[in-house]
Amino acid sequence: MTQAAAPIATDKAVATSGLRRAGQFLMALPLSGMIGLGIVVFWLLTAVFGPMLAPYAPGAIVASDVFDPFSARNLLGSDYLGRDVLSRLLHGARYTVGLAFAAALLASITGTGLALTAAVSGRWIDEVMSRMMDALISIPSKIFALVMVAAFGSSVPLLLLIAAITYVPGAYRIARSLAVNLNQMEYVQVAVARGEGRVYISCAEVLPNMIHPMLTDFGMRFVFAVLLLSGMSFLGLGVQPPDADLGSLVRENISGLGEGAPALIMPAIAIATLTVGVNLFIDSLSRSRRTMGEV
Amino acid sequence: MGDLVQVSNLRVVAGNDAGKPVPIVKDVSFSIPRGEVLALIGESGSGKTTIALTLMGYARPGCRIAGGSVRIDGAEVLDLNRDELTALRGCKVAYVAQSAAAAFNPSKTIIDQVVEVVLIRGLMTRAVAEAKAIDLFRALALPDPEQIGGRYPHQVSGGQLQRMMAAMALITDPALVIFDEPTTALDVTTQIEVLRAFKKVVKDRGTTAVYVSHDLSVVSQMATRIVVLRHGEVREVGLMEQILHAPEDAYTQALMAAARPARRHALSTVAVANPAPPLLEIRGLTAGYGRRDSRGVPCNIVLKNIDLQIRQGRTLGVIGESGSGKSTLARVSAGLLPPADGTVLFNGEPLAPGLTGRTRDQFRRIQIVFQNADTALNPSHSVARILGRPLEFYHGLRGAARDRRIKQLLDLIRLPVNIATRRASELSGGQKQRINLARALAAEPDLILCDEVTSALDTVVGAAILDLMGELRRELNVSYMFISHDISTVRSICDDVVVLYAGQKVESENHRPFQAPPYHPYTDQLISSVPEMRSGWLEESGAVQTPPYVDPVNCGTDLCCFLVRCPVRINGVCNVAMPPRVTLGNGNEILCHHSDADLRRLYSPSHMRTDLR
Repeated sequence: MTQAAAPIATDKAVATSGLRRAGQFLMALPLSGMIGLGIVVFWLLTAVFGPMLAPYAPGAIVASDVFDPFSARNLLGSDYLGRDVLSRLLHGARYTVGLAFAAALLASITGTGLALTAAVSGRWIDEVMSRMMDALISIPSKIFALVMVAAFGSSVPLLLLIAAITYVPGAYRIARSLAVNLNQMEYVQVAVARGEGRVYISCAEVLPNMIHPMLTDFGMRFVFAVLLLSGMSFLGLGVQPPDADLGSLVRENISGLGEGAPALIMPAIAIATLTVGVNLFIDSLSRSRRTMGEV
Repeated sequence: MGDLVQVSNLRVVAGNDAGKPVPIVKDVSFSIPRGEVLALIGESGSGKTTIALTLMGYARPGCRIAGGSVRIDGAEVLDLNRDELTALRGCKVAYVAQSAAAAFNPSKTIIDQVVEVVLIRGLMTRAVAEAKAIDLFRALALPDPEQIGGRYPHQVSGGQLQRMMAAMALITDPALVIFDEPTTALDVTTQIEVLRAFKKVVKDRGTTAVYVSHDLSVVSQMATRIVVLRHGEVREVGLMEQILHAPEDAYTQALMAAARPARRHALSTVAVANPAPPLLEIRGLTAGYGRRDSRGVPCNIVLKNIDLQIRQGRTLGVIGESGSGKSTLARVSAGLLPPADGTVLFNGEPLAPGLTGRTRDQFRRIQIVFQNADTALNPSHSVARILGRPLEFYHGLRGAARDRRIKQLLDLIRLPVNIATRRASELSGGQKQRINLARALAAEPDLILCDEVTSALDTVVGAAILDLMGELRRELNVSYMFISHDISTVRSICDDVVVLYAGQKVESENHRPFQAPPYHPYTDQLISSVPEMRSGWLEESGAVQTPPYVDPVNCGTDLCCFLVRCPVRINGVCNVAMPPRVTLGNGNEILCHHSDADLRRLYSPSHMRTDLR
């Protein structure tokens, strides 16, 4: 009965429904989700506009002393060479956020694409692809990254590729299980009985219904990629000087640990807030979708 | 003795997202005299289960009892605290749920679960409780009552498990038992046994009961008093005879009309001896699932050696209980499941067994409509897109031409045009099923395979869908393969009928199915198991006969699939050889050793009376 009483959508309503949906979506988020979304937006903006806002060049030695505390001239203090921590942070965020974002995107798209192919193809293709992914997932990500860097030397494209390859199997597994389940749905069976091709079935019937869980999965891959890249940089095998991502910033200032220098603590906090923020946001997504779905 | 249960001005609300309470039970009052059975009847969403649960002082998560009073034996249930409620539930008021399979723990034996409640309460010792459980099993006509409790839930049939759940409820001698749609999930032939057991046990013990159901015929066997509900309001309260024979409320009248299906459309005028080849012909079809052996025979065979024909403009009913292979037949015809053996001919031409090799035109001419409209419509597509795709795919319609055709289709299925922009999740169950049907019609098919299309719908909504199908057949001259487990639906809309049992065609009838006996013994059981909407039917329809003794069967011989359950099997005949296909005097073709005369004698009305009373 509630359906019958629902307002009838007119052309105008359809045009504004996108905005209205976005508004409804925001309102449906719990407090933790809003905080998470705020942090995510903050870091995205930092990655895009950070270098423009930085008071100094990232490589410029501007302080008279190393490991300075907070001061008016260097808001977040200075690092082990006397460079401005805030400026280096604003530049470094771009590497961490950008690389992890690109890697997670690459992993999710590749994983989803392969999973759809596997789900709508015959048993053999599915079997071969799934076993290959199992083989890939059995390699520890850090070891794989170390071997790759040892073999080819560290560079930004290689790091991107390593992170993407590492997270393809996970995305593939999730996407495949979703796609295989959706493939059994009666609307897919109807499309099959209609004589539709595999491309139409996977793109028009299956994909739209798995996009939400895959977005959630994408968020998780992003967090994993941030941690992997930061870990690599901490070991000195990630982004190479003079450039620095958040992980490199922690590593190069490790000697300030005893003094509790902001140069060490600030990048660590940056990594923590980024991952916690994304996690909060993702968790609230699945929850708010449940409550919205009940309306 | 007075009333055991008094419910007055009961109100239950459910909180929605915005926190606004939505009333789902509005000002409901009724009372149940001691020892009577009261039926709560209504469609889905009428609040019947919600009301039944308040008798235990329970509201489902998200719901809240907002006011009114529920008195059992003079005590107010709604004022009880947590501990007192726990004492009430299971002891004074017991509950029998719809799905016994979901209500039993699969990892414990049945007897452990039946006596669990009295042991927890410390009401009896284990030995006394088990003896009582066995008495109840016997009263509920369960086979081998001493031993059956030692089995696990998956080792007994659905109907037996449902009766054991009643035993679980009755073991504490509750003052009130709530039966919540206890037979809805069962096949008709099982339902009748369960109903009979329930009725006997309730009568013998003088139990007061509430029977929740949507099925008037079932209710008329059990209840003395009926409360008709709609949208959480009481529409009519009365004694069963009065409700059945002189309903006062307009809604009750509509409900009664929908439950007594009339012949929906005139029989097809197409002569049977039409020289044109039949639209769909299936010859010697065998199909199944699982790994195929070297000869291409799958390990689980679901359909065996099926022959059938559907002529242009006619409706073929396929009937059988769950697991009889009805849906598989539709899937094979649509090409979704390649058969292991046999051919499917369309207009006299053989169809490719699987999907590959069928032409787009062949796909277009056979459309399939699934039972569950919730899963048959893609939730991320709008109605316009769902209907537009087959138009584009088969007829190349685009833009304005396509929109015009979508409007025509919506008009054809009697839905407003503005529904086109909505998504499937925003439609009601009946609307979804209409869209589901319209998508098939968009292809302009010759044959529509309907797999239990009305089974998930309320009676009134389902009746409207059947009417619509009849009109469409007249206007468009399409043929249907109508798959159903409901004999009265099949009887009301089909020209020809095929009865499946365990994957074999045991009977086929042309012209006015189920009108003139004799039938195959299974068909007979199926027909006589459908409850009639009058009291006393259950008593008149005799108990299921125990099949006569036959010698043990040699392994590996092909025999009649109904042998195990057949009440008229013959020792030395049925357990030795495969039955032949016999054409009876009334034109029905059956798979049985009995001749026309035998069956007439065995199932003659006088014989039934003397033998079964």
